[in-house]
Amino acid sequence: MIAFERVTKRFGPWTAVNDVSFTVGEGEFCVLIGPSGSGKSTLLKMVNRLVAQDAGAIRVAGEDIAGVAPEELRRRMGYVIQSVGLFPHWTVERNIATVPVLLGWPKGRVRDRVAELMDLLKLDPGRFRDAFPHQLSGGQQQRVGVARALAGDPPILLMDEPFSALDPITRDTLQGELANIHRQTRKTIVFVTHDMDEALRLADRIAVLEHGRLVQCATPRDILTRPARDIVRDLVGREEWGLKRLAVETVGDRARPADGTSAPPPGEPLPSAAPLRRALSEMVARGTDRLPVVDEHGRPAGVLHLADLVRP
Amino acid sequence: MIRNRVLFVLAAAAVAAAAALPFLSFAPNRLLSGRGVPLSAALDLPWGLALLPGGVLLAAPFLRPSRGVLAAGAAAAILFAAGLLWLAGHHAAHLGASASAAARASFGSGFWVMEAAALLAALDGVRRLGLAPAPRVAVGMGAALLMAAPLAAGHLDQLSILKEYASRRDVFADAVVRHGVIVAAALVPTLLVGVPLGVLAQRRRAVGRLVFPVLNVVQTIPSIALFGLLLAPLSALAGALPWLGISGVGLAPAVIALTLYSLLPIVRNTAAGLDGVPEPVRQAAHGMGMTPAQVFLRVDVPLALPVFLSGLRITLVQAVGLAAVAALIGAGGLGAIMFQGLFANALDLVLLGAVPVILLAVAVDASLRLVTAMIGAAVGAFRGRHPA
Repeated sequence: MIAFERVTKRFGPWTAVNDVSFTVGEGEFCVLIGPSGSGKSTLLKMVNRLVAQDAGAIRVAGEDIAGVAPEELRRRMGYVIQSVGLFPHWTVERNIATVPVLLGWPKGRVRDRVAELMDLLKLDPGRFRDAFPHQLSGGQQQRVGVARALAGDPPILLMDEPFSALDPITRDTLQGELANIHRQTRKTIVFVTHDMDEALRLADRIAVLEHGRLVQCATPRDILTRPARDIVRDLVGREEWGLKRLAVETVGDRARPADGTSAPPPGEPLPSAAPLRRALSEMVARGTDRLPVVDEHGRPAGVLHLADLVRP
Repeated sequence: MIRNRVLFVLAAAAVAAAAALPFLSFAPNRLLSGRGVPLSAALDLPWGLALLPGGVLLAAPFLRPSRGVLAAGAAAAILFAAGLLWLAGHHAAHLGASASAAARASFGSGFWVMEAAALLAALDGVRRLGLAPAPRVAVGMGAALLMAAPLAAGHLDQLSILKEYASRRDVFADAVVRHGVIVAAALVPTLLVGVPLGVLAQRRRAVGRLVFPVLNVVQTIPSIALFGLLLAPLSALAGALPWLGISGVGLAPAVIALTLYSLLPIVRNTAAGLDGVPEPVRQAAHGMGMTPAQVFLRVDVPLALPVFLSGLRITLVQAVGLAAVAALIGAGGLGAIMFQGLFANALDLVLLGAVPVILLAVAVDASLRLVTAMIGAAVGAFRGRHPA
C-alpha cells in the first residue's frame, strides 16, 4: 500500500532519513519506532508530503505521491498528531467534519458520518457534539482527533505519537480501541512511537530506525526473538527482555505434545493460544513446574514444563 | 474598617472637593474670570435631593463588597454623576435668571472632581462585578442615557458650554463630521497597508526586523513635529502636481500622519494575533488537506481576530485623539473648536471641542471592546485557555 524506495531527507548538514526502503502492506498496522532524532516522524510526514524527500520515492497504491497535489493526497489520509491540534474555534462536530466538508460531502452525509464516528470513538453526541475542544479532557480530545482523521474514510491513517501525552490509563484504553478499530476497518496504519510496549501491543510489523537508517523491519515476535542490533534490545529494555519475549510466544509454541502414556499434571489447563508469560505467572502462582495445555476446542494438547520456557 | 480602598479614596476626594472647591463658576461675561459658587450654595430643595445617592457612595467603602453592595454602589455612583449634572444645570439657570444675558455659569473644579470620582466609582464597581459583555454594555448605555437626559431636555442650556454650542450649532456639527472623516480616511490606508504588512512580518522574520523599528521610531515623533515634517514635502508635491488636489496643510498631511501613527498597533497586533495561533493547529490544518488559503481564512484569521481587533481599538482611540491636534495644520475637526477657544482664552469653547473628542474616544473604545468580547466568546473558548 505504501512503498518507501531509497528515501532520503537532509536538514542542512544533518541527514534525518538515510536511504530507507520498505513496504507497508494493505491493511497492515506498521509502527515506526526509534529514539529521538531517529527520523521516524520525518519519515511519516513524507507520506502526506508535509515534508518533501530529497531523494528516493514514495508510492501509495502504486502511485508516486510526487505527482499528486499535496492537498488531494492529504484528504485521502487520516492524520493524528501528539498535540492533537483540534481547531479551538470549532465545535467537536465541526472538527470531526473537517475533511468531509473539504471533500464537499452533502450536509446530511456529513452529519451521519460524524454521528457514526462519535459512536465508534465512544463520544456521547449529546454531551460532546456542540462542545469546544478546551472543554474536553486530553483523552477526549485525542478521541476527537482520531475521529477527525477517520472522517473522510481514508484507506490510510498516519499517526504521529498520538497517545504519548496521555496518562497511562487513558493511553491503555485508547490503544485497545485503536486495535479494535484496526480489526474492524482494516485500514493501513502507520504509527510513530518511542514506546516499545505500545509498538509490541499494536503492530503487525515494527520498523526500527536509528540515525535515519532502517535497522530492522519485522513482526513483534521476530523483533523479540531475533533482534538485529543492540539498539533493538535497548528499545525493548534489557531488564524485561525475557518477559516481553515470553509475551509474544504462545503456550502452543513450546508445549510438549501429549504422548498418551502419562496422565496430565493436575490443575486448571491453559489454552494453547495463551502467551508464555501467563504460563510462567501461573507456574509461580501455583507453585508447580508443569501445566496441562488444551487446544481451542478444550481437548488436551500436551504439557508445558518450566524448562520449555528457557529452551533457546 | 475600610473594605474597598479604591472607593474610599474616590469618596474622600469627592467630599474634599464638595467642601473646598467651587461647584460652579459664575462670571458677568465670557472674558472675565468668574467667582466660585460652592456646592452648599447650590443645594436648595428639592434639586439638592438629586445628590442623595452620594450617601450610598460614602457608606460603600466600609461595607463587605458582596455583589449586592457592589451593584448598589455602582448604581448610586451613576445616579450621583447624573444628579451632579442636573444640579449644575438647575443652579446655572437659577444664577442666570438674576443676571444679564452675557453672564456665564460654568462647571467649577469641584464639579469636575466629583463627577470624575463618581464615574470612576461606577467603573470600579462594574469591573468588580465581572459582568458579561452584554450586561456591561447595557449598564453603560443606561448611564449614558441618564447623563444625556438633562442635556436633551434643555436642562443644561444655561451652562456656558451649551451657550457656546448654541451660538455654533452648524460649525459644531460640521466639526464632528470632519473629525470622523479624518479618522476614517486614515483608517483605510492603515488597514490596506498594515494588515498585509503584519501578515508578512509574522511569516518572514526579516520583514518584522525591518518594519517594527521603523514604526516604533515613527510612534515616538511628537505629532506636531510630524505634521511639520510633512509640510515641506507635501507643499513641494502640490506645487509639482497641482492636479492631485492636495496641499502642505489641511486633510492630506493629517491623514498621512495619522496613518503613520496607526500602522504600528495594526501591524503589531496582526502579527501577534497570527503568532498566537498554536503551531499544532496549523500543522493539523495542513495535514487535513486544507489549501494554504483555507488554512489562512478558516484557521489563522478567526483565531487571530480578537488580538487584531484590540489593535484596531488602540488605533482608533489614538486616531480620534490625534485628529484633534491635526486642526493645527488646518485639517479642521473638533480640534479646530478647541484651538479657537485656546487662542481666544475661552475655556468653555475649549471644552466644547475637547469633551466630544473624549466621548467619541470612549464610545469607540467601548463598542470595539464589546465586539472583541463577543467574537472572543464565539471563538470560544480559545480565550479560556489562552487569556489575551
